[in-house]
Amino acid sequence: MTSAPSTGFAAASLRADFPLLSRTVGDGRRLVYLDSGATAQKPQVVIDAEVDFYTRHNAAVHRGAHQLAEEATDAFERAREQVATFVGADPGEIVWTPGATAGLNLVAYAISNATAGRGGEAARRFALASGDELLVTVAEHHANLVPWQELAARTGAVLRWVDTDEQGRLRIDQLDHLVTSRTRVVAFSHASNVTGAITPVQPFVDAARRVGALTVLDASQTVPHLPVDLHALGVDLAVLTGHKMLGPTGVGALYGRRELLEAMPPVLTGGSMVEVVTMEAATYAPPPQKFEAGTQMVAQAVGMGVAAEYLTALGMPEVAAHDHHLTRLLLDAVADLPGVRVIGPRDAADRLAIVSVVVDGVHAHDVGQVLDAAGVAVRVGHHCAQPLHRRYGVAATTRASASVYTTEDDVAAFADALAGVRRFFGLDDSSSRTGDR
Amino acid sequence: MTVDAMEQLYQQVILDHARRPHGRGDLPVEGAEGTGRSHQVNPTCGDEVTLEVRVDRSGATPVVTALRWEGQGCSISQASVSMLHDLVLGADLPAVDTVAATFRDLLGTRGAGLEDEDAEDLLGDATAFTGVGKFPARIKCALLGWVALTDALVLSGAREERS
Repeated sequence: MTSAPSTGFAAASLRADFPLLSRTVGDGRRLVYLDSGATAQKPQVVIDAEVDFYTRHNAAVHRGAHQLAEEATDAFERAREQVATFVGADPGEIVWTPGATAGLNLVAYAISNATAGRGGEAARRFALASGDELLVTVAEHHANLVPWQELAARTGAVLRWVDTDEQGRLRIDQLDHLVTSRTRVVAFSHASNVTGAITPVQPFVDAARRVGALTVLDASQTVPHLPVDLHALGVDLAVLTGHKMLGPTGVGALYGRRELLEAMPPVLTGGSMVEVVTMEAATYAPPPQKFEAGTQMVAQAVGMGVAAEYLTALGMPEVAAHDHHLTRLLLDAVADLPGVRVIGPRDAADRLAIVSVVVDGVHAHDVGQVLDAAGVAVRVGHHCAQPLHRRYGVAATTRASASVYTTEDDVAAFADALAGVRRFFGLDDSSSRTGDR
Repeated sequence: MTVDAMEQLYQQVILDHARRPHGRGDLPVEGAEGTGRSHQVNPTCGDEVTLEVRVDRSGATPVVTALRWEGQGCSISQASVSMLHDLVLGADLPAVDTVAATFRDLLGTRGAGLEDEDAEDLLGDATAFTGVGKFPARIKCALLGWVALTDALVLSGAREERS
């Protein structure tokens, strides 16, 4: 059967909650959706939450004295509480953003503004001087790399990075010499969206604290799969995105320790983020509103809150166990395939069910096309992590990534389709493609 | 996508060109008189082509007298540059324009084909790209080398401006 008896997690029955999974693709094939690392499918409750908001409660939040405005504001702030609770934060530490990319750019530009003297005395702790250092890792998604490159270029700071080992694990041993008295920001992902390797957060936090550097965690990939407690992790700032955790697109969150959000200068300015505005100047609202200028993505925020509750109801420890079970299945399935090589840890420990492979002699784009013909949706390319691919000497990989609704049948279908790829392109010695076209 | 459509996409002649591409190899030293080199990238998948042409402008119409390329990418992009090499090397610029326009037209037929025997004769092996037109995401793979060619011809000085 398609359930995962070893964990007791009934992914197969959960699929009924996700209407899209019941459609077929191509010539009537069952959809095998293994691209949840790019974006997850949505349960009906999330879709309903957005529809219900627009159908019954739509109004501008934090302004207006009518009943609808109150209902909309309540829904918006309840969603903030739901997301905060989900990641072990206080509601006042959660800033709505359009996504993780926007959250990381917000932090980088806030630091830029502080460097330019904005934000007053309190913001001086964020100001960079020429020669200060920003530390990232070679495994970062471009979203947690390019904003820091740009910040370095604007301020004269220097970008440094932690390498990975041959199996895709971060070289924690390098922190000793890479974190220096000049290090001001340490930005790293909680798990690689390519290798699936989970980052041990503690050594990064310890190293950063030793020198007073800010820690910025990209938790986009882990939050949908593992219990995440940001207070317990001890990071200063973190970003997550709604659409990877079964929520809508267009919404995400920036977490910041309260005192940091209070000291950090705003980035987007305008309506809703101010207290007193004269023709000469403005004073800012307290966080999180200070970072939420303009009309917010209210319906999407409500949907993200419901997604957090949905995952909480499943039980994040159970979700993590299911993810681990799928990780083992995926790794076992590809380990025996000739000409298929995993880019990332071959050991399921401290790893998400995100498995990227190279098929010798076949470009990832071509692999993806053959898999698509079998109804298997995967991601091909560099997954917005070109430096990591360059690190392993490959231009592109084929990535299977799971979610709560992923079943053992899905993994089996992926393995079957992948096993046929080299044969299709005439690279398998045991049999070759027949017919001459 | 259906299995049939995939078989149409990956015609044997495309797979053959991808496996044993023509004109691929070390590029000569850049910057020689009458040569132009263009590097094109498909940012979504990381496919790359660097293509260099030499154009002889001593006659009445300029002629492509050398064409080499390097690159990495999917079978569609690599086979397309390989066939481009066969079609363009030795051709004069009006002929290059005609074949390039015909190839683009073919990809625009959504898999229906040009239904024009003269055009198919002109394209030769490249008519195998008919099926690619059904896959909008793959059309840019097929055009990567042709974009590089357009640019390289300008850089060689044989063209006044980018068309």
